[in-house]
Amino acid sequence: MDALLHQVLAGLATGGIYASVALALVMIYQATHLVNFAQGELAMFSTYIAWSLINAGMPYWGAFFLTVGFSFVLGVLIERVVIRPVENAPVLAVVVVFIALLVILNSVTGWIYTFTIKTFPSPFPNDLGFGKYMSPHEAGAIGVTLVVLLLLYAFFRFTPLGLAMRAAAQNPESSRLVGIRVGWMLALGWGLAAAIGSIAGMMVAPIVFLDPNMMGGVLLYAFAAALVGGIDSPGGAVFGGFLVGVLENVLGAFVIGNELKLAVALVLIIGVLVVKPSGFSGKVHVSRV
Amino acid sequence: MSRRDILGVVALLAGACVLPFVVSEYRTFQFTLVLVYAIALLGLNILTGYNGQISLGHGAFYAIGAYCAAILMDKYGVPYWATIPVAGAVCLVAGFLFGLPALRLEGLYLALATFALGVSLPQLLKYHHLEAWTGGVQGITITKPDAPAFITELGLALDQDQWLYFFTLAVAVVMFVLARNLLRGRIGRAMVAIRDNHIAAEAMGVDNAMVKSLTFGISAMYTGVAGALSAIAIQFVAPDSFNIFLSITFLVGIVIGGLASISGALYGALFIQFIPNVADEISKAAPWAIFGLFLIGFVYVMPAGVAGAIRMAMARLQRKRQNP
Repeated sequence: MDALLHQVLAGLATGGIYASVALALVMIYQATHLVNFAQGELAMFSTYIAWSLINAGMPYWGAFFLTVGFSFVLGVLIERVVIRPVENAPVLAVVVVFIALLVILNSVTGWIYTFTIKTFPSPFPNDLGFGKYMSPHEAGAIGVTLVVLLLLYAFFRFTPLGLAMRAAAQNPESSRLVGIRVGWMLALGWGLAAAIGSIAGMMVAPIVFLDPNMMGGVLLYAFAAALVGGIDSPGGAVFGGFLVGVLENVLGAFVIGNELKLAVALVLIIGVLVVKPSGFSGKVHVSRV
Repeated sequence: MSRRDILGVVALLAGACVLPFVVSEYRTFQFTLVLVYAIALLGLNILTGYNGQISLGHGAFYAIGAYCAAILMDKYGVPYWATIPVAGAVCLVAGFLFGLPALRLEGLYLALATFALGVSLPQLLKYHHLEAWTGGVQGITITKPDAPAFITELGLALDQDQWLYFFTLAVAVVMFVLARNLLRGRIGRAMVAIRDNHIAAEAMGVDNAMVKSLTFGISAMYTGVAGALSAIAIQFVAPDSFNIFLSITFLVGIVIGGLASISGALYGALFIQFIPNVADEISKAAPWAIFGLFLIGFVYVMPAGVAGAIRMAMARLQRKRQNP
């Protein structure tokens, strides 16, 4: 029983990270109806920036916030420069551009920082007193995830800018008519997604260690999480993230073994897409012939 | 085919036959891989270029083909040439079966599902219950085939690399001719019709579900045959060589070579085989940065790829000749 509880709690911790990445995916999906295959590599690149800053002697939280800011700017830049020209292109072209971004970020990071695995510090103290079930970093990661979620909720619910972004995603034409600059709202969405991703990257790096391919698995789980929850529902993505995290850990520990963990994500993704494409709480998509 | 096209193909084949006698052994091996990639790219192009179904996980079928050949040769002593049709048949079935759920997925979602397949593939190949066959992380080592006796009796002294090159060339020619006939016929037109407007295609009497799953199967078969050939050429299969970047390499190949074009497969194969060699001299990570930049560049500037650019240049040339 103890072992099960431990796995569930550890699953919640990684689940929080999946939830963040899933949330980043959902944000871009809502705004543009595209799934960003480069989301994971973007987060990985940001985490390397944080690593550089910390190694240069900056205190952890200073590096943390600077990295989040940098990621935001990077996200906005990528949307403006790379994604804009293919906004109305066929799906294949967009997918190809995303994949191109993925490999460019991956190889540039490998180029700059080499492919050797690095350790990444955790900001949380070593002992919090309940170390029996959960490491302090796992508890801290859950805490950080929840804070991010709350802030995002508040931003979208209570600020005029958040309202404008929601409007731009829901109905671009009408939003433009009332004076919202839809293009910039999309760019802001990209920036926010990149910022959330960078937080997820910095939270997951102490667990999986820092290397250019570290986000491959995380991205897959985040896809699964976003789909389970419904790809156009932020709340669903968060729920899906925690669910996938727990499932992955419990199944990996007791049922199928650690070596097939990624297959859980594969089965979930294909299963959800085939059986219930709208997920738990997504809208059912009806298209007019 | 116009007379000029036939002349072009004959010249290309003649060049391909002379090639292994004028370049080094290692280059011959590289050109063998170009032919292997060309078959794989043709397979992916049938699916993505002609039928519009995006696959980011075609490395999976390449892996199945490669493992088929390796297991048959290593465990059952099957001669190398006999593994090719088996690998093709296995992949045809595997592709058809994967194509059935894929029917419900359009565009982006299919890309997502196949991407998941591509990412989780190495883990599946390492699965310890399959280790007795797949050799687990270690993979399987196989021996390179010698040129058969009748070749030496003909007075041709071919070394292993040269023989393998000609063997691959023969398979490639057969596969290309088959693909051309398939794509020009009723089924090929049905594939394109589904890509361009699946509702209209359905209304015209095209069985969407059947054609789409069949296309998936055929595409997987091509890629599987290429995988089997690659296993024989490289003499080694291991899970980590079939990671997501292999699948992405194929995507790079069809985008650069030209979507929905048979000759594009050849240009794409040359690109993915030789550009990394050049780029490697800059940095170990550089090939992928360059692949990425080329991908974006081609999507923006030359969406029809090299094949499309050549077609356009030829058309312009002809127009100039007609009204100078």
